[in-house]
This record gives sequence, structure tokens and C-alpha cells, in this order.
Amino acid sequence: MASPPISEDDLHAWTDGRLEAERRAEVEAWLAAHPDKAQTLNHWRELNAALHSAYDPVAEEAIPARLREAVRRPRRSLAMAAAVGWIAFGSLLGIATGYQLGRHPDDAPTQLVRNAAIAHAVFSPEQRHAVEVGADQEQHLVAWLSKRLGRTLHIPALDRHGYQLMGGRLLSADAGPSAQFMYENDAGERLTLYVSVDPDRRDDTAFRFAEHDDIGTFYWIDGGLAYALSGRMSRQALLPAATDVYRQLLR
Amino acid sequence: MILHERDLLAEIPPLRRYARALTGDPNRADDLVQDTLERALGKWRLWRPGNLRGWLMTMMHNQFVNDVRRPSPIEYRDEDTLPESSVRDTLANGLALRDLDRALDALPPDQREVLLLVGLEDLSYQEVAAITGTPVGTVMSRLSRARTRLRAALDGDEMQASHLKRVK
Repeated sequence: MASPPISEDDLHAWTDGRLEAERRAEVEAWLAAHPDKAQTLNHWRELNAALHSAYDPVAEEAIPARLREAVRRPRRSLAMAAAVGWIAFGSLLGIATGYQLGRHPDDAPTQLVRNAAIAHAVFSPEQRHAVEVGADQEQHLVAWLSKRLGRTLHIPALDRHGYQLMGGRLLSADAGPSAQFMYENDAGERLTLYVSVDPDRRDDTAFRFAEHDDIGTFYWIDGGLAYALSGRMSRQALLPAATDVYRQLLR
Repeated sequence: MILHERDLLAEIPPLRRYARALTGDPNRADDLVQDTLERALGKWRLWRPGNLRGWLMTMMHNQFVNDVRRPSPIEYRDEDTLPESSVRDTLANGLALRDLDRALDALPPDQREVLLLVGLEDLSYQEVAAITGTPVGTVMSRLSRARTRLRAALDGDEMQASHLKRVK
């Protein structure tokens, strides 16, 4: 016989259906004479079948939003990495020079924009833990965050711009507790409203715009509260919602 | 060459299936898929038209190898809030999914990869060799060890009790 002897590799190839017809017949003839090996191969085939029946349903599931997002917006990950790196750098910088910087009166808006943009970058991609308290408990959300910030807060409605309130969360900022409210539209785009108490009770400021890492932020100080509305969009795209928030929150 | 969003989308379901079996956990699996997609998009300039699945599987292999070298982060997850899995708890042959997860988890990662790429993803030994960057001979010996170990691990489980068809 010219055929090489049956090897271990042949047995795997038989299991996985990778043999040519001729070799397959030879292996099967050999197996008929080796029932213990035939039983082993039967186990191997059952194992392949078990893997399929266990895990094939995963391939039938709807693709999670965050994975569709990963394909759609490749730059987000870079912006996230930048934001996270920035937090680390900012902490070091803060340890070294923060005290003086923090006291500089012109620096508050910079801090505000920075904090708001980081909070937006960190929390807005979250699918399952985007908010701590959902919009279904809006009264509780307002009462809780008002208590923590020591000020009566109001949550603006952005429905007319297509954004629904998702809920909010408590954050810690340089000056103490801050609040973040999150909104989402049908396309899955998110806006966040960041609110913190202005510790120095500075005069009200105008309505201004800043951009960092693709995150646009409109910010202002009004009645001792600092506000920032952030979104991963251009100034022009963000302006209508921001103007509306500003009007709704005006004392 | 441009990677099209629709082409990438079409590859996500098999990537998720493989990642789910590889990591044993739905969240870690999707983290791995996401990291893989981001890695692929970061290297899209290296993409040449052809076997997109193989290219992405190679990215996932590299990502997985990096991940297993790194100590896994502590995860705080509330069991109550975990999403429902569509994976069946008990398989047709009576083998429980968690037993399969556990037995796979007990395999060395390189053997688990080969077993799944062959047995679940139905890739040829040559494709698996290309993805894992090893000779075909190494693929075969890993496959052999994985099957032997897994059979031993599952002995005593329901699989043993299921009827065995005799090969003619």
C-alpha cells in the first residue's frame, strides 16, 4: 500500500471534515478496526457540535450599540484616550501648581470647560451606566443633586431639539460636588449639562464657547452656578440647544 | 484601501461569537471585540483587500494575547443588571454552558484559541496558523492537547452520559 499510515493529524482532519474523499475512506476503514479511537473521535465531533450549539446564538444577537459606534466613529477612542491621559496629567499638574492656578480668577471658566469636557468624554460613551439616576425618577434626581450641591437645581427640557433626558449623576470637581445631566436623541447622540457651584461667587459671565478634543462646550456662570453644555459636535450644531438651556436656566 | 463600515459590521457577529467563547464572559467579550475593531481601524492603512475575517481575527488574536499577559482589571458588576444572554443554559446534549465555559477557561489560552478557531469558527489549519502566527505543526499539537484536556475535563459531565454513536 502506497498510502502513509494514519496519523494523529489525519484523525483531527477527519473530525473537522478536512480530508479528501480518498483519505477519508482510508481513515474510516482504519477506525472500523480501532473502536476505541473511533469513540474518541466521536467525542471530538460532539465537542465541535457543542461549541456551535453553545455559542452560535451569540452571532444571532443584535450588534450592541457600542460596537456599531466603534465602527462608525473610530476617532472616539482616541479622544477618550486623550481625555483619560489628560485626567492623569491634570492630576499631576494639579498637585504641582493647582493651588495657585485654582485661585486665579480668570481660570475658573477654563477649569469648568475642562471638567465638563472630561466628564462628557468619560460618561457619554457608557451604554449601561451612563447615568446614576434615570429620568424615570426625575424628582428624586433633582432633589438629590440639589441637596448635594446645596442649591436648587432645575433640569432644562430639550425635547424640542430631539433630546430626551436620560438622567444624571453626581461628580466630584475641584470645588466640590458637581452634577451631570445627560440627554440623548434618536440617533444616539448625547449632550451633557454639567453644573457646579462657583466657589468664589463670581459675577455672572456671558455665554461662551470652547472646544476640546472634538467636544464642543457652551458655558456660563449665572447666580453662583457654573453651567456647561457639551456635545461631540460643532459650535453651530450645539448652539440651538445651548441657547435654549441658557434661557431656561436664567434666573 | 478603504475599510467600509458595512464590511466591518458584517464581521462583528462572528467576532462576538468567538470572543464570547474565548473569554467566557459577555462583557469581556464585547470589550475584546471593541478593542479589536479600534485596533483594526487604527491600522486600516495596512489592510489589503482579501480576507477581512482573517485579518480581524489576527487583530483579535494580538489583542487577546496582550490582554492575557496583563493582569485582568478588577471588575465591579452588579449581577442583577447584567444583560440577558441569548446563549442557552443547557445545550442539546445536556452539557451545561457553564461547564463548557469552565472547561474552556481551564485550557491554556493558546490551546483554547486553536480549538475555537477550528471547532467553532470552522477555519482551516492553515488559516489558524496564519492568525496565530505559528507553524501548522504547532496548530495541530495545540489542537490535539486541547481536545485531550477538554475531554478529560468534561468527563463526568453530562456529555459522558449522552449517547454515543458508533462510527462505522
